[in-house]
Amino acid sequence: MSDLLLEVRDLHVSFYLTEGIVRAVSGVNLNLRPGKTLGVVGESGCGKSVTARAILNMVQRPGRIDQGEILWYGDPEHPGDIAQLDSRGPEIRDLRWGEIAMIFQEPMTSLSPVHSIGNQMIEAIRLHHNATEAEATEQSIEFLNRVGLSQPTRLLDAYRHELSGGMRQRVMIAMALTCSPRLLIADEPTTALDVTTQSQILDLMRDLQDEFGMAILFITHDLGVIAEMADDVAVMYLGKEVEIADVDTIFHQAAHPYTQALLRSIPRHDVVTERLESIVGNVPDPYNIPRGCAFHPRCNHYVPAQCGNPELVEVGRDQWALCARVHEILPASGERTNA
Amino acid sequence: MIAENGKLLRVRDLRKFFPIWKRGVFARHVTGQVRAVDGVSFDIARGEVLGLVGESGCGKTTTGRVILRADTPTGGEILFTRSEQEEIDLAQLDRDQLQPVWQNIQLIFQDPYSSLNPRMTLEQIVSEPLRNYNVLEGSALRDRVAELLRLVGLRPEVMSRYPHAFSGGQRQRIGIARALALNPQLLICDEPVSALDVSIQAQILNLLKDLQQEFELTYLFISHDLSVVRHLCDRVAVMYVGKIVEISDTDELFNETQHPYTEALLASAPTPDPRVKRSNVRLQGEVADPSNPPGGCYFHPRCIHARDRCKTETPLLRETRPGHWSACHFAEELDLNSAATAPDVTA
Repeated sequence: MSDLLLEVRDLHVSFYLTEGIVRAVSGVNLNLRPGKTLGVVGESGCGKSVTARAILNMVQRPGRIDQGEILWYGDPEHPGDIAQLDSRGPEIRDLRWGEIAMIFQEPMTSLSPVHSIGNQMIEAIRLHHNATEAEATEQSIEFLNRVGLSQPTRLLDAYRHELSGGMRQRVMIAMALTCSPRLLIADEPTTALDVTTQSQILDLMRDLQDEFGMAILFITHDLGVIAEMADDVAVMYLGKEVEIADVDTIFHQAAHPYTQALLRSIPRHDVVTERLESIVGNVPDPYNIPRGCAFHPRCNHYVPAQCGNPELVEVGRDQWALCARVHEILPASGERTNA
Repeated sequence: MIAENGKLLRVRDLRKFFPIWKRGVFARHVTGQVRAVDGVSFDIARGEVLGLVGESGCGKTTTGRVILRADTPTGGEILFTRSEQEEIDLAQLDRDQLQPVWQNIQLIFQDPYSSLNPRMTLEQIVSEPLRNYNVLEGSALRDRVAELLRLVGLRPEVMSRYPHAFSGGQRQRIGIARALALNPQLLICDEPVSALDVSIQAQILNLLKDLQQEFELTYLFISHDLSVVRHLCDRVAVMYVGKIVEISDTDELFNETQHPYTEALLASAPTPDPRVKRSNVRLQGEVADPSNPPGGCYFHPRCIHARDRCKTETPLLRETRPGHWSACHFAEELDLNSAATAPDVTA
């Protein structure tokens, strides 16, 4: 018996390219609780989007899930491993959009250019529910209304190019909701939107979560959005989680040097900073991930003899960090946060 | 014309309209106009960093392009002080006359991938402006390229390599080196860090700030990101549908906001701290269509403070306090900051 909805254990995903093997995800563990939001934050290439696709068993060739379990507690007594399902089989199709829905960064490309909005919504509803065309139409109108789109009846006949970015993302959310998913995977859902539209969409997602009780896996590079949306946070760097904790701990008592450095390096609109503390170097290229701790070439706390192969260490209550020296650097960083 | 004291650039009533063409049976004809930049005025003093913020489609990039004269303005003046005694109106110049002026105005682009020619080496890229204007040649040219690369934090030994060998942050440094090559008086930075990863943004922002202080450079800094603008800019202008709605010193703009749109922008920006709750000031609806803007104040359909007067009478940008300009009829009456910064107790 588990109080989780989804559990990812030791997930490894690689892309087998002619230039070499890219280990996009190497050993990720995630726990999603029903009705809660897990934020996954990281820079480009850290594997956050690939993790999301793996959860839906949607990793495309030449990519492959090498190992790991993705346990779905749809029936808490009998969890199923999504990684074992045939990626084109009927079970996974029922899960996708039936229980787990996904929205993407660019709603433009997620909607078909040649089908009307109504067409696509009705098809999605009828694929997963035993509904007549009239019932499906009625439901579509109801959900378009629910996501704050005025004149939903007229919208059913509209095509994607007639809608603004914010409206498209609302339509995507409405489509995701039609099947009352228990988990919504949102991959950078507001990155392409302006701030004022972004705040509307974030509000909407929170309201809908309260109303429908779904869990959200929220993937973004934006620490501000994470602070606002997430209950728990996983920070990723080069295919691994480097820190996992609840949102308050991440922002106020971060343990991993990468999390700490990231938080110190971002400018804020509510605080004036004379000089930003930048992280040295660049994000390494995915073919040549540094050996040992992948962050060591950019880390202020690197000691050659000690930073061999770090493992996830429990730092505090429900706080885990992938750092061999975390207990030595924690006191110093504590002072820093308070200063 | 004699230059006004200390001002490097004075923009007056700048307008740029794009025609909307419709194809008829025999010919195309204009059916309307997108008012991308619609009467924009501001000054930039020598050594100042002016931020230009707004959402997509507000005309901030077009403003930058028109000042650079990459686009021809529909109307207005762009008064640029080239030397102590001479102020020229860039809007009146033709291509031949602009050629020497472009030495003094350079652009830093948003996308470090598409703004560098993949078939040119770093040396060729960075030296191109110097060669175009025959400033230097031979070993002096090479020395200057090396110096520029060092200045932006790259090793001069890499100058024989091609852009593909460099990451996004390093490419942006190359773009900055190229922009600095001719010692320009004005640098137009169009979203220079938006395409970069979070951990790289800080490096480039610090570099831009260091260079600005060391060489007393003047930036027109175009961005959609309020936190970046707050970090770097001395003054900030906020644009909405082709017009400047507020302009003031950075601290005052953030602490003593005088326009409801600025208030809404500040309230919408997420704060990287879960203990700070966003205020509940929310904008409804969408940005107005610049080819068919609403009457009166362009912002009134979305403004929570709008009154009848806002629907009919277009507000002018006026000085509501010394050095602080706002285009709102009720700028003095509204208490905008308490709403923008107060914690949301109901959430």
